[in-house]
Amino acid sequence: MTKNLRVKSSEYIDETNRISFKFNGKTYHGFKGDTLASALLANDVHLVGRSFKYHRPRGIMTSGSEEPNAIVQVNPGTNRTEPNVRATEVEIYEGLEASSQNCWPSVEFDIGGINNFLSPFFPAGFYYKTFMWPASFWEKYEFFIRHSAGLGKSPTSSDPDIYDHRNVHCDVLVVGAGISGILAAKYAAKNNFKTLIVDEKNELGGSTIFENNEFNKIDNKTPSEWLKKEIEELKGIKNLEIKTRTSVAAYHQYNYLLARENLTDHLETKDKTNKIRQRLLKIRAKKVILATGALERPLIFNNNDRPGIMLSSAIKRYSEFYGVACGSKNIFFTNNDSAYESALSLYNKGIHVEAVIDIRDQSESKIVKKVEEAGIKIYWSHTIVDTAGYKRLNSVSIMKLSNDGTSVTGSKISISCDCLGVAGGWTPAVHLYTQSGSKLKFDEEKQIFLPNQNTSEQISVGSCGGDFKIDEIIKNLNQKLKDKLNIKETNLDNIKVEIDQENSKRNIWLLPSDIPLGKTKPFVDFQNDATAKDIKLALREGFRSIEHVKRYTTTGMGTDQGKLGNMHALGIIADTAGVKMGELGTTTFRPPYTPLTFGTIVGRNVGKFFDIFRKTPMNDWHVENKAEFENVGQWKRAWYYPINGENMHQAVQRESKAARESAGILDASTLGKIDIQGSDASEFLNRIYTNAWSKLAIGKCRYGLMLNEDGMVYDDGVTTRLGENHYLMTTTTGGAANVLGKLEDYLQTEWPELDVYLTSVTDHYATASLCGPNSKKILKKIISNLDLSDESFPHMSFKEAKIGNIQCRIMRISFTGEHSYEINVQASYGKDLWEKCMEAGKEFNITPYGTETMHLLRAEKGFIIVGQDTDGTMTPIDLQMDWIISKKKYDFIGKRSLYRSDTMREDRKQLVGLLTDDPNIVLEEGAQIVSELNQNPVEMLGHVTSSYFSPNLNKSIALAVVRGGKDMMGKKLFVPMENKNINVTIANPVFYDEKNERLNA
Amino acid sequence: MFLINCPYCGERDQQEFKAGGEAHIERPKQPTELSDDEWAEYLFMRKNIKGVQFERWNHAHGCRKWFNMVRDTSNDEIKAIYKMGEKPPSQ
Repeated sequence: MTKNLRVKSSEYIDETNRISFKFNGKTYHGFKGDTLASALLANDVHLVGRSFKYHRPRGIMTSGSEEPNAIVQVNPGTNRTEPNVRATEVEIYEGLEASSQNCWPSVEFDIGGINNFLSPFFPAGFYYKTFMWPASFWEKYEFFIRHSAGLGKSPTSSDPDIYDHRNVHCDVLVVGAGISGILAAKYAAKNNFKTLIVDEKNELGGSTIFENNEFNKIDNKTPSEWLKKEIEELKGIKNLEIKTRTSVAAYHQYNYLLARENLTDHLETKDKTNKIRQRLLKIRAKKVILATGALERPLIFNNNDRPGIMLSSAIKRYSEFYGVACGSKNIFFTNNDSAYESALSLYNKGIHVEAVIDIRDQSESKIVKKVEEAGIKIYWSHTIVDTAGYKRLNSVSIMKLSNDGTSVTGSKISISCDCLGVAGGWTPAVHLYTQSGSKLKFDEEKQIFLPNQNTSEQISVGSCGGDFKIDEIIKNLNQKLKDKLNIKETNLDNIKVEIDQENSKRNIWLLPSDIPLGKTKPFVDFQNDATAKDIKLALREGFRSIEHVKRYTTTGMGTDQGKLGNMHALGIIADTAGVKMGELGTTTFRPPYTPLTFGTIVGRNVGKFFDIFRKTPMNDWHVENKAEFENVGQWKRAWYYPINGENMHQAVQRESKAARESAGILDASTLGKIDIQGSDASEFLNRIYTNAWSKLAIGKCRYGLMLNEDGMVYDDGVTTRLGENHYLMTTTTGGAANVLGKLEDYLQTEWPELDVYLTSVTDHYATASLCGPNSKKILKKIISNLDLSDESFPHMSFKEAKIGNIQCRIMRISFTGEHSYEINVQASYGKDLWEKCMEAGKEFNITPYGTETMHLLRAEKGFIIVGQDTDGTMTPIDLQMDWIISKKKYDFIGKRSLYRSDTMREDRKQLVGLLTDDPNIVLEEGAQIVSELNQNPVEMLGHVTSSYFSPNLNKSIALAVVRGGKDMMGKKLFVPMENKNINVTIANPVFYDEKNERLNA
Repeated sequence: MFLINCPYCGERDQQEFKAGGEAHIERPKQPTELSDDEWAEYLFMRKNIKGVQFERWNHAHGCRKWFNMVRDTSNDEIKAIYKMGEKPPSQ
């Protein structure tokens, strides 16, 4: 029978609303307002997980997002399951299920627990040291390591929830709604700053909201009472937005912050559907006020990780806020006064406190006196040297600490207990502060890192800025608000604060034991099982940089990023290496502060919204006619049009033959189109293309090759001169945006004197490319009044015409080598044009073909595709396209690079044709080409770039780049494949109609 | 994520912009007169400064204008922004 440890009614817990939930298959009860952690503790469940490396039993340690141990799998086996969730942050609801991670078969009996007893064999760097040899065994090691590694399980079915993103702009963002955050938000909003305050918890007030220490008073009220009134007032202020359950994950430069707002995680499953689960707030704030508070430090002593050992502040929160006692026989272990507050809090509720063990030799504060008066035994100058209890703490052993704090003396006293609260002082939560790029400084006296150099418009207030006492908080907050927000007066000047002043502290990073260090387990990083002796071992092995020690020992590398133990790791390194902590620096705190779900990160950009895709105006026709599609850049392009159950090969063979024998039609709307106008347009084209443009007559088209400044082919396409100062350039489908960007760059930055204007018109026109010996007859049927004779409308020329009332531009250009027209109409008429062509072409068996056939047809002609036959290392000379380089032009982009020693090498890879000796074998694109089969290692001469079976030639053809290929015509080479070697011969890359007779056929 | 003050549009989020490398590298007027080394200097050699750096930026998803930025690469502070063709501010 489990015990009920509810100790009093709390206003934050609704005891009329009883909730049942399951943990590790067993049903428990809690109340509305409980976290999974508080509800489990109320049921006297401490053991919730196993540690990562040694599988040691671990319990709930904290009450917040810094929790290293109590990380659970929520709703296991469902599509909403989530691993690595902190039980301290899960709000319970009816039907919630959760289970422990990293244990098998159960958390009570875990096979991996054997690692704990084998731990002498698992020192820091164990994996690095052990699995290094023999190298060939790595694959086997990896298999086992991967199976034993990892904490939770990711869901296996798709996420049913909706996630959202929102951009937020505000004057002031306040992070953290404790006392300082609330006051800062209040005065910011009251002074007309548009303010947003966020807090990760579901209630405002931080830890002050349950601060009932009788020695601390604000305006004669307890801090708790006083703050509740402030919060009431806050809710009515204009200009102020309050967001709870919202945790800031990242603080980037220029006050750009990412926060996750949790909207449905606390709701019952039936209430979760069709709602946004989590929202990523992308906040751009003019000023940021960090009020993130401080995290209590544990103390580092032997076996400091047993279930039942918790932070003293967490015990206090559980008792005051959740009304839960974490144990029935409590001990506190401290180096400062704050444990006495927790002890008194328990005492006042009638919970037994056995003793306080204090490493200091005294403290004069009233609260300590009060604890003494309550009859609680205080052991001054004592330390815990060991603890006992495997699955739950049952006793601690203490000894007297030497004056210098490095050893223990006297006899050992054993005290039985079931809960130990440790209080090692406070670490300001400066994680977000440093993420913003701001720099910390170590305060040697307080032994904490504090904000020092701000790089953005920000202030740190309250304990994250180093102010721990309420009077300091209010005084410094007042000053900072006045300075930073330019507020003249606040009511903060008049607040009367009484506090218990004592602030003495004795800091010992690693507490000594009577047992030698090598035989102890003083954990520094609880989640990753890094102990103080691991850190010392790393130092002995020569690691000095804190970043290296961190990686070697994995300290601070868990999902909690070492929020609890990082400072101790630094302290132990500093003590051992004999340097000052300020000189050592800290490791980098990286976003996210707490883990984010993938859903939150991607928001609505999933499924069909993952990326945009572009469709041509003829797309519906392609879909209706059962085209298969391929993605080209962002475009969906018709790939081939299978009929009667054809596969791709069969469809492409049929389409290719039809295009050459009668007529084919291609949707070429995706080609990039740039409208170029201005009195210097011709000069501009001269500079960007390798060939000459000045003499191109109006109404003529020309193919151009564009290089990068390094001489490598960048893009190609046909440009038409529409008028004296007006050109229409086409680019490759995938290169359109980059070409426009590059041209704009030159115009704006290198040649601003040129009178040239560029406009992208890719989406403005739809293009149907009509090709084949019957294309002329088809066009004639559509436009009867146009003279299509070779004299009037020769190859590489352009005419304006009308199809009915539709204005169109017709270019007689060819990418297939056939007689061919590209008809451009305003995009909205694209489908109409296409259907007209299909109708007119019916008697000629006009065949729609897709990109695959287009690629095959152009390969038969040896035309390159930039990006397929080139890869950013090919010059026009490498492509055997010397003819397109103007010898007369003084300069063009890339010209000088064509005469660099490297680009002039004879043994560069050059584009050639490749024929297989067996005409039926089609080479694989990307296959390597060699001249010797018996070399070891074999020398690669090049690779196949394009390869098809040509139905028009009835043989396999390929394009390839081969080192020195230009001078290897007829040479026999090999393409070695997995199972066979294919004999190939270098050939002319123009396989079909070498004399270009079909263009005018 | 920077907040960049486009000289034509005003303050915009960094994701609207594209960085364009080091600024004030002028394309040689007479490339053919240059030796391989001199051409390589223009073509390949770029500084990678820790500290104040002059850079080109393009408001790619906005007005598409290029401009110059002076940025401290050690802390990403944007010290100045000026239009193409304008003189860089003296340090």
